[in-house]
Amino acid sequence: MTTSNSTADQVFDPQHAAELREKRKQTISNSLAKRHRKEKTFRFFGFSAVIAGLFFVALLFGSILSKGLPAFWQSSMSLPVYFDPAIITTGAKPVQRAGESPAQFEERFIAWQTEMGMVDWDALIVNAMIAKDPALASKRDDLASLYTSSEAYRLRDMVMKDPSLVGKKEDIKVLADANVDVWLAGNIDRSLPDEQQQLSPEVRQLADEMKASGVMENTFNTNIFVSPDSRSSPATSGLAGAFMGSLFMMLIVIIISIPIGVASAIYLEEFAPKNWITDVIEVNINNLAAVPSIVFGLLGAAIFIGWMHLPLSAPLVGGLVLSLMTLPTVIITTRASLKAVPPSIRQAALGLGASRVQTVFHHVLPLALPGILTGAIIGVAQALGETAPLLLIGMSAFVASVPATPFDQSSALPVQIFLWQGNELRNFFEGRTAAAIIVLLAMMIGLNSIAIWLRKKFEVRW
Amino acid sequence: MNLLLIGVLLALIAIAYQMGLSQSRNLAGKGNNSAKLHSRPGYYGALVALWCGIPAFLILIVWNIVEPNVLNHVVLNHVPAQVAATLDAASTDVLINRVEAIASGFGVTDTPAAYELAAAEQLAKFQSIGTFAKIAVVICAALAGLVAAKKRIATQFRARNQVEKTINVALALCSGVAILTTIGIVMSMFSEAMRFFHFVSPLDFFFGTEWNPGFSTSGSADGSYGLLPLLWGTLMVSGIALLVAVPVGLMIAIYLAEYASSGFRSWAKPTIEVLAGIPTIVYGVFALMIIGPFFKMLGESVGLHINATSALTAGFVMGIMIIPFVSSLSDDIITQVPRALRDGSLGLGATKSETIRQVVIPAALPGIIGAFLLAASRAIGETMIVVLAAGNSPLLHANPLEAISTVTITIVNQLTGDTDFASPQALVAFALGLTLFVITLGLNIVALYIVRKYREQYD
Repeated sequence: MTTSNSTADQVFDPQHAAELREKRKQTISNSLAKRHRKEKTFRFFGFSAVIAGLFFVALLFGSILSKGLPAFWQSSMSLPVYFDPAIITTGAKPVQRAGESPAQFEERFIAWQTEMGMVDWDALIVNAMIAKDPALASKRDDLASLYTSSEAYRLRDMVMKDPSLVGKKEDIKVLADANVDVWLAGNIDRSLPDEQQQLSPEVRQLADEMKASGVMENTFNTNIFVSPDSRSSPATSGLAGAFMGSLFMMLIVIIISIPIGVASAIYLEEFAPKNWITDVIEVNINNLAAVPSIVFGLLGAAIFIGWMHLPLSAPLVGGLVLSLMTLPTVIITTRASLKAVPPSIRQAALGLGASRVQTVFHHVLPLALPGILTGAIIGVAQALGETAPLLLIGMSAFVASVPATPFDQSSALPVQIFLWQGNELRNFFEGRTAAAIIVLLAMMIGLNSIAIWLRKKFEVRW
Repeated sequence: MNLLLIGVLLALIAIAYQMGLSQSRNLAGKGNNSAKLHSRPGYYGALVALWCGIPAFLILIVWNIVEPNVLNHVVLNHVPAQVAATLDAASTDVLINRVEAIASGFGVTDTPAAYELAAAEQLAKFQSIGTFAKIAVVICAALAGLVAAKKRIATQFRARNQVEKTINVALALCSGVAILTTIGIVMSMFSEAMRFFHFVSPLDFFFGTEWNPGFSTSGSADGSYGLLPLLWGTLMVSGIALLVAVPVGLMIAIYLAEYASSGFRSWAKPTIEVLAGIPTIVYGVFALMIIGPFFKMLGESVGLHINATSALTAGFVMGIMIIPFVSSLSDDIITQVPRALRDGSLGLGATKSETIRQVVIPAALPGIIGAFLLAASRAIGETMIVVLAAGNSPLLHANPLEAISTVTITIVNQLTGDTDFASPQALVAFALGLTLFVITLGLNIVALYIVRKYREQYD
């Protein structure tokens, strides 16, 4: 204030005014430079945050792919196996005799199976390896540790299914042992001393020689898709059991949560009277959507397992738990797409004499269908990747078979990932884990692309 | 058997629909003059089908629940008293299975006892009677419903109103499932937690500073069940996650909403949101295989000991996971701030960043805080990342470079493996779950309240 008064009193001095203007300009341009610098820094921070976000996406996918893709190929041998009658000396497959009860027949059949189990199937494989490369004959003892143990059982099962194989020669792909695969793929440090290696030096050398001579090949690993998990023979462990388990659960989620979710969304959005009950339901659904998934697992453990005594580890229980978890998602997305249908559609239908039910089911619902489907698919994809609640209802158990019904013991894809990452044979299962993740992500990306495609194709803009 | 019966019922329902349809068409007379009818013919058909199907299916469900109990009773009635006295739950199951095997003609490998044979004979008789009775009763119910409904069809019969009422009731029942789920969660957790509090006093649980529950095989409540170390672990990991996610997520939201060209935004936003759709188990494995070893290496290069599985690893990866959560929510809120506020600030000469920092963010703050709270509740309830990457050491310490345990890790540990469901070691999981439920619920309610309360400001 004082300065302005004093200048007003003074005689106008153009030079002084110009000086002041210059000074002010200087201050402004100084501070402006600073402010622009700040602006640039701020913008740079924003941009780096976006780049960081994109980098994390790339890092995640890059590391999973680089670890997982090689696991789709695995060391194996293509061998001419001769089903030698001199080795397979069991009797003929038993047939049910007249007057024999099924239980007695089963006992006799099991005895025959045991007898089949006693046959030295390993000898067949070792003989076949020698037949392929006669130079191996001197290392007979080491040959048996080159292939994975379940191959012997596979030969047994083949003969049990078709006894006429005995005396014939078949070309069979025999998978290498997991440790041999790790060694050949370079997933273990080759310079480690003997006591830290899983394989004896002789076997390691043999594996390298066979790789060089072409007996051992790196072939596409179909087992990962067609076999269930295996503990005794890790090389054959696959995702078939987990995949079927997940499939059953998805079906249950689709059967239960989508109809119920859509129905309750329709009720809440179109029919429900506005009173405290519907308010409670609404608040409740919003909160249910944010309840941690593990709490649903506890619910499943207490109610479905503890109280209703449904089978442990079964896709049925897993599906029920996931359905309850998906329900709020389906309800919320369905309500959003019902809301997006403009009121004029409803008014037109009501004006022409349609009842409210007819209005909703004949006019509103068809228009909202793409949005509902998108939401439902996204909900199902979410349920597919959920792990924690499944652990609590016993699905982390080791299951070495493919479930035939939703009542059988089973694993699920995300749980299988959990189990494999914890396997002691880390060098081998790291690849398997990443491969399983690739399969899971591929399924989820597939589901989500369907959802996006549906939305793009049928989206109606009002 | 049941499947066959359901098939027959479905066929009957289809027939009922057709009968209702054709009868109402007959009523309408020649030329299908449906204006004579109160409702369109399809509704008459649907009504007859409902009358035919609903009672029959209800009977079928009840029958299937009751029948096994009755049959078990029949078997156990034949067991002599001195044998029955020796039976426990498991051997009763074995006995029933044996009798069922004999009754079905499959037989057992050893010679069955006389009472088993008698029971099997009786069981077989009851089974066949039961099957026939079930088929008869269910089909009779279906036919009775069909006939009763068909009789009521008349020109002025309000079929549509009744069908619509049924639809309405069915829809309302469906929306009750969500309520039932919540009630189920609260009741099951509460009752199991109460059972746990029989063993351990709530004071020891909520304020105990030591977590060492012992083994369930000992069958006692030995050990200490202090919640605090676990809660501390949860808070530490979530805190680290928020430290990563909030600045990055918020800056992403600001950049994409205010600076980015629409072309860049249109692919960068969905790409970052991919992070939200990836299953948490994948993040867990990612933390374990990539981030953990990386931090360990980083620590070694500067002479610092960092555990591969630590609060830092888990928190960092969890932070990556919730970045899109923070960024999309904040983005929505920032774009909702009205244009006029920005224009006013820019018109007064503020730079863009000054506008954002001094006008847009303060205006959007309540919504952004709501988003942080939602992200925090997400982080607290997250399970798989911490199970894989946080290690498992339930100790009270403030070093984020060391392993730690959280509430969710402990729930998983206590309920997986060979735990006796009635032991305090398993029941404590429900007390922990209840704590988790209450915390996340509280955070959500506060977050939704803040978002809702301040959203109306600009409407």
